Amino acid sequence: MKLLSIKIKRLHLGSCANGFSKTILILMKKVELLMDSKSLDLALTRITHQILERNRDFTRFGIVGMQTRGVFLARRIASKINDMAQTGIVAGTLDATLYRDDYRIALKQPTVKITDIPFDINEMNIVLVDDVLYTGRTVRAALDALMDYGRPKTIQLAVLIDRGNRELPIRADYVGKKITTLVNQVVSLKVHEIDNEDSMWLMELEDGE
Amino acid sequence: MGLHIQHLLGLEGVSKEDLTLILDTADSFYQVLERDIPVVPTLRGKTIVNLFYENSTRTRISFELAEKRLSASPLNFSVSTSSINKGESLRDTIQNIEAMKIDMVVVRHGSAGVPYFLTKCTDAVIVNAGDGLHEHPTQALLDMMTIRRKFGKLEGLKVAIIGDIFHSRVARSNAWGMTTMGMNVVLCGPPTLLPQHLDSLGVTITDNLDEALDGADVVMLLRIQLERQSSGVFPSIREYRDRYGIDIEKMAYLRPDVMIMHPGPVNRGIEMSSDVADGPNSVILKQVTNGVAVRMAALYLLGGGESV
Repeated sequence: MKLLSIKIKRLHLGSCANGFSKTILILMKKVELLMDSKSLDLALTRITHQILERNRDFTRFGIVGMQTRGVFLARRIASKINDMAQTGIVAGTLDATLYRDDYRIALKQPTVKITDIPFDINEMNIVLVDDVLYTGRTVRAALDALMDYGRPKTIQLAVLIDRGNRELPIRADYVGKKITTLVNQVVSLKVHEIDNEDSMWLMELEDGE
Repeated sequence: MGLHIQHLLGLEGVSKEDLTLILDTADSFYQVLERDIPVVPTLRGKTIVNLFYENSTRTRISFELAEKRLSASPLNFSVSTSSINKGESLRDTIQNIEAMKIDMVVVRHGSAGVPYFLTKCTDAVIVNAGDGLHEHPTQALLDMMTIRRKFGKLEGLKVAIIGDIFHSRVARSNAWGMTTMGMNVVLCGPPTLLPQHLDSLGVTITDNLDEALDGADVVMLLRIQLERQSSGVFPSIREYRDRYGIDIEKMAYLRPDVMIMHPGPVNRGIEMSSDVADGPNSVILKQVTNGVAVRMAALYLLGGGESV
């Protein structure tokens, strides 16, 4: 099979007899370019306009991006809002790892990243930003995590891509692009802040492992 | 990515990556502890037995609090009210407790090697909370966390650990962990309390306090176990205080931003004078706060997932 590019994913597979974990490699191949840097920026601009339409009072308004890539999307939306509405919004970051429901079945624990919400979320209208909406479990965890910081007036959800296959009754308020995907596929976002490019690819497991 | 170790028995042989992961995770848990609601639901439904065969205030409370902050169910086992007094063996005790479906055991025992022994008779994850003269890994981790939070790094810093090195599992765990992290460790104390074999760890050993303190970024004082004084390892408490105790006059020879640590409990007026213990350089209470975060990190990283 001809590969456009290969993504290497590491999975920890429990432990061997010597007590050290084993790492295997899974190859992913690119299937389709969902967004390039221009369409990604347009999608964020459209989401920003929709946020501005729905939220009039920016004195009690906050944006929170979910670790890792959602953080950068949230910062970009915040700066677009600041440009359009002459506000001074700072985006917070949220890591929902500790609230996930797969702690018991995950073989190794994911790294807990920084949560930094530099404002009091009580009575605020909060827009939660993530890159991909899939099963809804991450959003469920994020809602619980956010509630432990206070009681926001509303929480709205903005995602760059909605790939379907929901397992929980959760929907997004602002969607960049909606697609249907298969469970063996992965949507992979790259942002120039850490990946040196803006792109979103649909990828899929390599056959014949 | 996850830890390579399955149990936390000691810091000997634990890789720099694992130590760094625990310290990074502990920094995240420190943020959780500062919130209005300092509890996360991560270990909900996990049962953790605190098996303490030796007296402890700080460590037991710190572990119990860490377990509660993670929403685990702690089960406290104290020797005085147990069947140990009826002669039940350690293996029988642990297998009986395990039969009640537990996930992790935090153990403190007067004999070195007990945590390792427990890994052989149970499937539960074992965390060493101090075993004999062997190791006390979570204390060393919280010490390193406290140092790293102030200096922003560990590598290249000089730490002087002063006191009863021979009987100190804290010193041993710190010697392993800190040398792995690239720190310069100097162990200092009266020659009778200074095992020479420790230089095989790559640490410096001296009975000369001035040499130990010279250029030190961190000074860690260990508790002199007063009950050992009668065994003649040093002539008198007073002589120990004069030669190895840190008071405000000796502070003048140290760099102004030196960090003063003590694993507690402090014998005020022996290892350090009260004005040093309560002074601006002392981080003794910060160590206690960080202890909860570091223990949460260790329990979180070791506790998840199915046993394989």
